[in-house]
Amino acid sequence: MKAGVRQFGTADARLLSEGRLSGPMPWVIAIMMFLTVLAAAAGLGLGGAADRLDTTTGNRASVQIVEPNPDSRETQAREALALLQRTPGVTSARRVPPAEVADLLEPWLGPGGAQSDLPIPALIDIELSPSAYAQMDSLRSALAQVAPAARVDDNAQWLAPLAGLIGSLRWLAGGLVLLMIAATAATVVLAARAALDTHRSTIEVLHLMGATDVQVARLFQRRIALDALFGGFVGLAAATAVLLLIGNRIGALGSDLLGSAGLPLLSWVLLVALPVFGVLLAMVVARTTILRALGRML
Amino acid sequence: MAGYRPSGSGLLNSGGSIVQFDNVGLRYGTGAETLSDLSFSLRQGGFYFLTGPSGAGKTSLLKLLYLAQRPSRGLIKLFGEDIVTMPRKRLPGFRRRIGVVFQDFRLVPHLSAFDNVALPLRVAGVEESDLQTPVAEMLSWVGLGHRATARPATLSGGEQQRVAIARAVIARPELLVADEPTGNVDPEMAKRLLHLFDGLNKLGTTIVVATHDLHLISSIGSSEMLRLDRGTLLDPTGALRHPPKRADV
Repeated sequence: MKAGVRQFGTADARLLSEGRLSGPMPWVIAIMMFLTVLAAAAGLGLGGAADRLDTTTGNRASVQIVEPNPDSRETQAREALALLQRTPGVTSARRVPPAEVADLLEPWLGPGGAQSDLPIPALIDIELSPSAYAQMDSLRSALAQVAPAARVDDNAQWLAPLAGLIGSLRWLAGGLVLLMIAATAATVVLAARAALDTHRSTIEVLHLMGATDVQVARLFQRRIALDALFGGFVGLAAATAVLLLIGNRIGALGSDLLGSAGLPLLSWVLLVALPVFGVLLAMVVARTTILRALGRML
Repeated sequence: MAGYRPSGSGLLNSGGSIVQFDNVGLRYGTGAETLSDLSFSLRQGGFYFLTGPSGAGKTSLLKLLYLAQRPSRGLIKLFGEDIVTMPRKRLPGFRRRIGVVFQDFRLVPHLSAFDNVALPLRVAGVEESDLQTPVAEMLSWVGLGHRATARPATLSGGEQQRVAIARAVIARPELLVADEPTGNVDPEMAKRLLHLFDGLNKLGTTIVVATHDLHLISSIGSSEMLRLDRGTLLDPTGALRHPPKRADV
């Protein structure tokens, strides 16, 4: 007979008596993973929204010519546009067509409201280099020379509270993920200790037959890894269903900002990796817990 | 009987001491000493009966022998090495060289008779394909070939005891320690099991059997006796003391 393989084979997985899913641990891990995936998805989605907010509004501003006289308004708009197009640091300046302005105002004024006698400001969208964006005041002064009715709205300024909220929510989501990981690890520690107590007599027999701590720990490690794998993927499946449902509802809203919180492929890959990480975490925590406990035995 | 011989055997020359106790004492907690001033040696290949009244400390002495307990004081050498100060991580290697028949059998309840007997081989890392035949043969030898798939709860006391004995001897240990191994079997099976022990002994295994059964003791002519009373070794002849007074012990 050949000997020397210092680990139990798969035939010995049954050395520990309980069925794999008999305890509450897989279900606790499933709940933890469900919440972790939701929190992580929220963090990743908010990250996407923040990026999109930054891309679409960062270093951008709107120039409004608020002038009741249509001729003067048109003259000032042309002058302002010409000034902006020759100003260094202004990477793009575009006069928003009146029809587009009318579309933007339609939710507030109603259909055809913008075609009435109501004076509608002329709008110019500008995009600035970061250095020019930082010197917005000098741009305002220059515009005031050629278009006294011009008002410059810094997009980032009015979006700052929203960006701040998104940032806070991202931190909160990240914190929740860390808390869930800590709670999962604590659950595994408790489960490993309970399993040790349950199987103490078997462990003693194995020890007296010459089983090493690593051999015994591997049995528990394998059991807990399978439990964590089951719980992790149940949690992931449930969270995925919820995320798809929420995505469907957000899509129905038609909101650009909420729509931008969608998850790209890389985010989904990260979410699917969470249960795998959970299994590795469970194995490491279980092994450490079991080896420490066994080390106190003779 | 086919069996597995663990590596590392043959450390001692035939006739050398496999066990040496020198002034060994054992105390549980803060109570009085359960074992006191034990000094003796067991030669390799010897057959020893450990006797004494209930509470004399037989099981405690056996626990020291199969490394379930370290002494409170004194020196114990097993296979020529001091196991009192031995690092814990080296103990499994020594335990694999010892077979144990526990008084309460200690069979793993959710494993079949076959899997219980195969346990020491699996612990030693023997391949599954290599353990099927010897385990089946061993079960047949103890008369339980037809109960290989039975779990301990469905076996009688005597059958459980035979599974426990089969498990203890399957790996052909260098030292076999048995606590009342024939207490639950009929005289015929007791004789058969003792014959098994005798066979193992002839192959070089040192046997230590704790028993009250004087008939059992007399059945092995070449055996020697250790008598314990209230934790001390009664040894009027001094034959078993370490170092032995007689050269042949």
